[in-house]
Amino acid sequence: MAGKQMEMTGAEIVLQALKDNGVEHIFGYPGGAVLPIYDELHQQDAIEHILVRHEQGAGHMAEGYARSTGKPGVVLVTSGPGATNVVTALQDALMDSIPLVCITGQVPTSLIGSDAFQECDTVGITRPCTKHNWLVKDVNELSRVIHEAFRIATTGRPGPVVVDIPKDVQFATGTYMPPSPVIEQKSYQPKLSGDLEKIRAAIDLMASAKCPVIYSGGGVINSGREASQLLRELVELTGFPITSTLMGLGAYPASGKNWLGMLGMHGTYEANMAMHDCDVMICIGARFDDRITGRLNAFSPNSKRIHIDIDPSSINKNVHTDIGILGDVGHVLEDMVRLWRASKKTDRSQLADWWTQIAKWKARNSLAYPENKDVIMPQYAIQRLYELTKDRDTFITTEVGQHQMWAAQFYGFEEPNRWMTSGGLGTMGYGFPAAIGVQVAHRDSLVIDIAGDASIQMCIQEMSCAVQYELPVKIFILNNQYMGMVRQWQQLLHGNRLSHSYTESMPDFVVLAEAYGGVGIRCDKPGDLDEAITRMIDTPRPVIFDCRVAALANCFPMIPSGKAHNEMLLPDEATDEAVANAIDAKGKALV
Amino acid sequence: MNAQHQPTGSAYFIAAETARPESHTLSVLVDNEPGVLARVIGLFSGRGYNIESLTVSETEHEAHLSRITIVTTATPNVLEQIKSQLERIVPVHRVVDLTVRSAELGHEKPLERELALIKVSGAGDDRVEALRLADAFRAQVIDANTEHFIFEITGRVSKIEQFISIMRPLGLVEICRTGIAAMNRGSQGM
Repeated sequence: MAGKQMEMTGAEIVLQALKDNGVEHIFGYPGGAVLPIYDELHQQDAIEHILVRHEQGAGHMAEGYARSTGKPGVVLVTSGPGATNVVTALQDALMDSIPLVCITGQVPTSLIGSDAFQECDTVGITRPCTKHNWLVKDVNELSRVIHEAFRIATTGRPGPVVVDIPKDVQFATGTYMPPSPVIEQKSYQPKLSGDLEKIRAAIDLMASAKCPVIYSGGGVINSGREASQLLRELVELTGFPITSTLMGLGAYPASGKNWLGMLGMHGTYEANMAMHDCDVMICIGARFDDRITGRLNAFSPNSKRIHIDIDPSSINKNVHTDIGILGDVGHVLEDMVRLWRASKKTDRSQLADWWTQIAKWKARNSLAYPENKDVIMPQYAIQRLYELTKDRDTFITTEVGQHQMWAAQFYGFEEPNRWMTSGGLGTMGYGFPAAIGVQVAHRDSLVIDIAGDASIQMCIQEMSCAVQYELPVKIFILNNQYMGMVRQWQQLLHGNRLSHSYTESMPDFVVLAEAYGGVGIRCDKPGDLDEAITRMIDTPRPVIFDCRVAALANCFPMIPSGKAHNEMLLPDEATDEAVANAIDAKGKALV
Repeated sequence: MNAQHQPTGSAYFIAAETARPESHTLSVLVDNEPGVLARVIGLFSGRGYNIESLTVSETEHEAHLSRITIVTTATPNVLEQIKSQLERIVPVHRVVDLTVRSAELGHEKPLERELALIKVSGAGDDRVEALRLADAFRAQVIDANTEHFIFEITGRVSKIEQFISIMRPLGLVEICRTGIAAMNRGSQGM
């Protein structure tokens, strides 16, 4: 029931405002400066609070929740260390455009600036890692600010926001105002519809293309399910090949006939070659990140580029765009599909040569890896996981590293919002709490965190949270005892000197799972894998699956830093010598 | 040149920058709320943009609006980025590149003025000379005793800098400058 205008305390206002913005779950950790809000939480049951074990976990859980539902994730933490611990998750959400509303407690207004216990300049610290933030010093402003916070987090290019509330404001009595249907804010007005003239020009350019490629990104997912549907229609209508960034997987189905696979540093040969050789590139809700473009002055040298994005600063930032269309992907795609239907007949023969060329690149089989009967190859593990879970209601999250790239390469995503990974910030420790957030929103679904042995230890404490709330999250660890991607770069850049990328002391993950009250499964033989994965799926409790894989496998294909799309290192060419010499002195300085 | 000694950085700097940097004056209309200036300055420092001059004050009290005038030097691409990035800040209402706008209006450049307070101390001929030059530059004496003057001077940046340089040998003690206030010619608003 929507709240009415009435007098209440600041803490009551917070709860009422959350309810009026449709919040059902929040992730948080109590502390001195948020006790009044926790006291209110205790006296209601409309909102379920998930108690985390570290505030970073709360942030990533809210991200997983948001990405799998399309709704904002809500975090509640205390002042000082509570706020600073959540900073990593805020920056992660900022870079991946995930809507989060983070409420932080603050010391009473009379103590602000006095270096009080658990005081920090929360709005100062979080200013560069949020879309916007507020310090609310007047209880009468509180409801308006929280409503505004939800609007800003979820509209335009979504992102994290912080509302910092001093403890005395939580106790003070003021007027609650319900959300207003009229937007009072004048300065922030994101533009949704694209310029029709530009869309027409884009359609004309697309119709003239002989070697087109669609390059889609996380913006399609963020725009909502209809946007993914429209993208599929556009691909169907035009017959164009499509590739996607890490963030955009699932918007177009991996089983679709026009699918080239992911592009970029560990993308497929056909996707990257198509990007390099295309004559028209249609970038939809992606941002020409350095993982995508490779060497900029060799990026797609002969193409005209169309870029659809809701954020004007993304257009023409790294790569020159010929037609930049500012607007929401869903709105623009709707116009594009309509105009294409009305005016263009696709001449498939015009693209025949292009598809022939793409078939040749595909035949290169760039994701090939050596088979092994004795040791589990990590790629094989993901393939088996995919085969055994694809017909279920499955959500996949990942940590960051080799396992993440293998998951992106070998797990086929058919639908949007099913794939949660830290793309922009590359946060080790993201995947497990994100999976918990997904499971909170989808209690009966199968939620799997594909993890590495190093990453999983960064937020492993949330096992305690998963067990407490009976969230049957599965952690599937590709355990090679290395920080695999770090080691791969050391082999590429630093003469195979493996400085601190080997973990000499590893916990026994099976015993660890049991210590937390979960279930541990270990598998180290390819022949046992299917049975063990099935056992994991059938276990209705949190599981840590310790999958012992080939220790020295590397992730290919790869565009070495400083190289172009057509200078990929392919798996069958990646000998020790080729790896050692892949990156020149100039490329070594790059990240 | 040894490749290892070339400047390092992110992938963005691999392509040699061929465009020339230009100096532009931006007017930014913002909600006058706490932290808004920190957001603007943080954007410039965080993304590595230059600030050559920055002036800020509330201009419309009723509407709670402040106007920030920023002079920055960057290549045309980066200038476009700066404008887009500023527009992303939630309390920013409008960003106008006055330099671009004045060219569109057919003017050479926007009107730019700065105010400076300049303290000069000395005796004898230097003191007489300082007063004579101040008169030539139309600088006002706003405070004086037998040992010093404080001049108030308003004008283009070049004029102020010239005035400061000629005061230097005459006993210059202290300088305070406001930064640039700027506006375009003609009847239209920003």
